[in-house]
Amino acid sequence: MGLLQGFAVTLRQVGKGTVTEHFPKEKRPITARRHGRHVLNRYEDGMEKCIGCELCAGVCPAKCIYVRGADNPPDAPVSPGERYGFVYEINYLRCIHCDMCVEACPTEAITETKLFEFSFTNREDAIYTKNELLVGDDGRARRQPWELWLGHEDDDTSEWMRATAPSGQAAFENVVAWSGELGFGVRAPEEGQTRVVPVAELHDDHGHDDHDDHNGHDDHDDHNGHDDHNHGGVDG
Amino acid sequence: MNLLLALTDPIYNGGIDLTVFLIILGKVLFVFVLLLLSVLMYIWFMRKVIARLQNRVGPTRAGPFGLLQTLADGIKLFFKEQSIPNSADRRIFKLAPYLAITPAFLAFLIVPFGGEVTIAGHRTFLQGAELPFGILWLLCMSGIGLYGVMLAGWSSGSKYPLLGGVRASAQLLSYEAAFGLAIVGVLVQANTLSTRAIVEQQGWTGIESIFNGDWYWLPAVVALVIFVMAAIAETNHPPFDMVEAEQELTGGFLTEYTGIRFAIFMMTEFMNLITMSAIAVTLFFGGPSGPGLGFLAPNGWFNAWVMPMFWFFFKVLLLLFATVWVRASLPRLRYDQLMSFGWKFLIEIAFLWVMVSAVVVVGKEEGWAMYVVLPAAVVGALIVGLILYLSVPKKRELVEEIR
Repeated sequence: MGLLQGFAVTLRQVGKGTVTEHFPKEKRPITARRHGRHVLNRYEDGMEKCIGCELCAGVCPAKCIYVRGADNPPDAPVSPGERYGFVYEINYLRCIHCDMCVEACPTEAITETKLFEFSFTNREDAIYTKNELLVGDDGRARRQPWELWLGHEDDDTSEWMRATAPSGQAAFENVVAWSGELGFGVRAPEEGQTRVVPVAELHDDHGHDDHDDHNGHDDHDDHNGHDDHNHGGVDG
Repeated sequence: MNLLLALTDPIYNGGIDLTVFLIILGKVLFVFVLLLLSVLMYIWFMRKVIARLQNRVGPTRAGPFGLLQTLADGIKLFFKEQSIPNSADRRIFKLAPYLAITPAFLAFLIVPFGGEVTIAGHRTFLQGAELPFGILWLLCMSGIGLYGVMLAGWSSGSKYPLLGGVRASAQLLSYEAAFGLAIVGVLVQANTLSTRAIVEQQGWTGIESIFNGDWYWLPAVVALVIFVMAAIAETNHPPFDMVEAEQELTGGFLTEYTGIRFAIFMMTEFMNLITMSAIAVTLFFGGPSGPGLGFLAPNGWFNAWVMPMFWFFFKVLLLLFATVWVRASLPRLRYDQLMSFGWKFLIEIAFLWVMVSAVVVVGKEEGWAMYVVLPAAVVGALIVGLILYLSVPKKRELVEEIR
């Protein structure tokens, strides 16, 4: 009897339709925190944010990032500081899109977009250098010839978040602290996050360990139930 | 020789001239192309149906509804690099795929896929060759096809293919017996070996001919069940695809094959399945017989040419759907289950069925009283079956013997 039941089970599936996503024709909505390919961001004046500190390369668990820093040429500086990323390469055959490079970056130079529709026909294409990674003048990721962009994921180039406290300071826990300098993809705070800190204010606060203005417990009445433990942490 | 030919296809009655030769050539080419195309279509059909049975959509990209997917796969395989292991017996390794595919083509020759038609003034049957010993031809070809599989496994010069080849030969030999006995179950009813004669006995007299015993599936219903199971095992299809059980044998005898040689083996398998379905239609479901279109002339070209072919392919398609359904529903048997199922169950049942139906057929001819003969035959068969059952060692006893 079990034998015949098996036949019934398979035949019943015909009426249930299919679950297949017809990917190139139809796309599922991209999730808010999708990790796609990286971009190297620039300031609004066109200066590169990367300072060639190699923290991203150091933290990368897949060892897919290769960075070499160099001193800024005094007459034509590439980045605002002393040094800049002279070589910056990500090997997408190794990258696991864990976003730890993004968390490690002190200047928000490297962030991840939501672009995932890219593939390669040779190993050289898989290694993205600064040429491919740097954003364009409008702050958006630049499309490479072998990349297939079906949606508008490039709208969200600098939408990213740190998993831990911004800048590594406990006082900033749950404070949305990404800058979104070039205006693309500053995401509204999620549940448990308090508020978006204006860029100017954030820069003021930088480095003050004992600052507690940003707990924001009166800003978000709609998240009362979830914010309790956060308030305790910040107030104490 | 001429007498033998005249006994078969009426095309040979007036001797063999160029027209006859061309007609025969045309029929053979038609069968060849038909098999190749139907393999392409069957693989597409199988993938589509099995996808639906598993909530998927199957191939969609190549051509409309993914129809050309198999062709694309075939072209890819054709242009792929072929490798031969160093330890392989190179000549036999190269020969094996052709040893497998040639009988697969030849076996289909005996299948009547249409009615009797007139081409250029010659009456002829729509079938590759009408042999007076048609069914024996099928058994011969499926026996020779075994060599392809066995030699492929042996000549690869590596372990898994060898094991796969050994399994294949054991499995095919075991099920050949049940397969042959199931066919005999029909042959005792039909009293002939010719496939054309068998389908002509299963004519269409109306919808009742399906159920009144005109079509042999009802008088030989047990033989039908055994035939289906044995045929699936003969063609190495799930749930009997032990030969290439990938979890145990990587690819069985196919492991070392690449490119077009691999494609040939795959084609052979599907071709054999199509041939088996066609044979099942021939033996049990009346072949090309079916209702014509009533509003057309009964002997017009449409009712003589198209309708028999339509009914034949329609029936084959139904059976092929059943094989796909089986493939989607049943898990693969374990090897010892497969063997004991074949030897301890299928062969016995087929054997007893042949005995019972032989008694019934002889009883009909001799005018014996059926209400006495039939129960006596069944009881006799049951007694023999009981003796067989008692004489086959049980698993418990086997275990004790090993201890």
